[in-house]
Amino acid sequence: MSRLAAQRDTFADALVRLGTQNDRVLVLDADLASSSKLNLFADAHPDRFFQMGIAEQNMVGTAAGLASMGFVPFVNTFAAFASKRVTDQLRICCAQPGLPVKVIAAYSGLLAGKTGKTHQSVQDIAIMRAMPNMTVVAPGDAVEAAKLCFAAADYPGPIYLRLTRDPAPVVFDESYDFRIGKAVVVREGTDVTIVTTGLMLGRAVEAAETLAAEGISAHILHVATLKPLDEEAIVAAAQKTGLVVTAEEHTILGGLGGAVAETLGEHLPTLMTRVGIKDTFGESAPNDALLEKYGLTPAHIARAARRLLGSRARVAKAKELL
Amino acid sequence: MTAPHPIGRADEEQLIELVRTLRRNVIDTLWHAQAGHPGGSLSAVEILAALFFKVMRVDPADPLWEQRDRFVLSKGHASTAYYVTLQQRGFFPYEVLATYDELDSCLQAHPDCHTPGVDMPSGSLGQGLSAALGMALGARLRGFDSRAFVLLGDGELQEGQIWEAAMAAPKFRLGNLTAIVDNNKVQLTGHIADVMPIEPLADKWRAFNWNVLEVDGHSVPAIVAACEQAATLPETPTVIIAHTVKGKGVSFMEDTHKWHSAVVTDELRQKALAELDAAEVTT
Repeated sequence: MSRLAAQRDTFADALVRLGTQNDRVLVLDADLASSSKLNLFADAHPDRFFQMGIAEQNMVGTAAGLASMGFVPFVNTFAAFASKRVTDQLRICCAQPGLPVKVIAAYSGLLAGKTGKTHQSVQDIAIMRAMPNMTVVAPGDAVEAAKLCFAAADYPGPIYLRLTRDPAPVVFDESYDFRIGKAVVVREGTDVTIVTTGLMLGRAVEAAETLAAEGISAHILHVATLKPLDEEAIVAAAQKTGLVVTAEEHTILGGLGGAVAETLGEHLPTLMTRVGIKDTFGESAPNDALLEKYGLTPAHIARAARRLLGSRARVAKAKELL
Repeated sequence: MTAPHPIGRADEEQLIELVRTLRRNVIDTLWHAQAGHPGGSLSAVEILAALFFKVMRVDPADPLWEQRDRFVLSKGHASTAYYVTLQQRGFFPYEVLATYDELDSCLQAHPDCHTPGVDMPSGSLGQGLSAALGMALGARLRGFDSRAFVLLGDGELQEGQIWEAAMAAPKFRLGNLTAIVDNNKVQLTGHIADVMPIEPLADKWRAFNWNVLEVDGHSVPAIVAACEQAATLPETPTVIIAHTVKGKGVSFMEDTHKWHSAVVTDELRQKALAELDAAEVTT
C-alpha cells in the first residue's frame, strides 16, 4: 500500500485510451483541462476536444445536445462548480431525459490544491445523490478511477465522477473487477465495520492496521458508488460486526454517512458514527493540516471505531445490570 | 374542440386555416387544463407553424429519425403552442391534447422527452440555446446535414447562460444553428423594457458575431424566408428576431403580462374562439 498515485493522472490517461477505442467519446472543458490533465486528451484527439471557456452552464447544455446526437460527452470542471453552478443544467437537460453526459468533478473534497473553501467541494455527494437518474461515484484510488473512466462510458445516463487531485495510496491492483453500483469488501474483520467512499478508503486501510495492532479486527466495505447504493452489501457489512463507522471527505449531512444511516435505519438498525466534515466550510491550508483539523485522518477513523466499541461495551454492561 | 385534421407540409391556403386552428387549439387546451400560459403561446404560433410545416425536416411517423432537424423550445412555458403544432403535424392524435397537464400524460406543462417530437426538456429558462448548439455541433460531427432550431423567449434573454451560448456558437462556426427570438416584449410581471431592458437586441447579437435577421413574427412566409436565408451561411449561426404580439389573435390577451399565465374561463374561451373564428387571417 506504499505506492502513491493521483486519480487525475490515471483518469486522464484512461480517457485518452477510451477516446482511441470509442470515437463517440468527446471532452468539453471549462478552462481547467491543464489542471485535470485533460490536455492529454486534447493532444491525442484534438477533433473531439472542445474548449468551452469559463462558461460551465453552456458547457453542460452543449454536452446534453451532443449526447442527444449519439455522443458520450465528458464535461470537465471542478467538483465545486460541477455540483452547484450547473445543478439546474444537469437536472433539466441531462438527468430528466437520462442523457449520457459524464461529469468530471475534479478536485473534489477538501484537498483542492490550497484553493480554499470556494474550490473545495464537500456538499456534492448530498446534492447529486438527491437527483433522480444521476449516478454518483467516488473512486477510492487511482486504479479505481481509471477503471471508472471506462465503466462510465458504457453505463447509461448521466454520471457524476467525483475525482481527486493529489497522489494518494493505491489500494487496488489491476486485477480488481470494478463495477458501478457494486460495493467491495477490502478487508475482512469481525469487531467493527468501516464503510468508506473516495480517498477515505486508503485512510481507513491505515486505520485498520493501527486497530489490528491493538487487537481490534476492522472490516472495510468500500462504497465507490453512492448511487445507486449497494444496500445489500451495506447491510451485510453491518451485520458482520454490529458496529459501523462511515468515512467520507464530505459533510456528514446527506453523503455516505447519511446514505448508510438511511439504509440501516430501514433494514438493520445498527450503532454507527460518521467520520466526515461537521457542517462547515473548509479553508486554504496544506493537505495534512486540513485533514487533521477537519477530522479526516486515519487516527480519526481509528478513534471513532474505538469509541463505538466502547459504547457497545457500556450498553452491554448496562443491560447486564438491568 | 375543433376536429382533427393533421396535414403535411402545407400550402399557403392551408396555412391560413392551420394558424387559426392552432390558436383555437391553444385556447381549448388551456381552457381544458384550467392552467397554462396563453400569451407566450399565442405569440409563437406562426413561428412554430413555419418551422414544422415549411422549414424543418421531421417525420411524424419516425420521430427519432436520426438525421431529422432538431428543435428546442427554450421558452418551455409555451408548450401548448408546441403541442398543438406537433399534433397538427401528425406526431400524436388529437385526443391526446385533452390530457395536457393530467397525471401520467405525455403532455407535461413544460416539455419533456416523453412527447413524440420533443428533442430536449425545457422550462427552466435560458438553457435551450446551449442544447441546440450541442445538437448542431453533434450533427456536424456525425456528418448529418441536419439543422438545429431553438425558439427563445425575449424575457429569457435576461438569463446569463444565453449569452454564454451566444459567445460559443460563432466560435464553432455553426451555420446549421438557427435561433428565433419570439420578441413579444412582455414577460411575467410586465413589459420587458420596465422589468429588465434587453435592447438594443439586434446589436447585442451582432456584437456576438451572429447573422441577425428581423422579421414580422406573425408572417409565416417572412419566417420561412429568414430560415432559408440562414441556410445560405455555412459557418455563421443566425438569429431571427421575430417581432410578435403577446397573446396575438385574442384582443383581451394582447400585449399584456396579465395573460402570461392565467386561467381561461368558460366565458372567456367562448369570447376568444369567436374572435379567432371571425378574424381575417393572413399569413
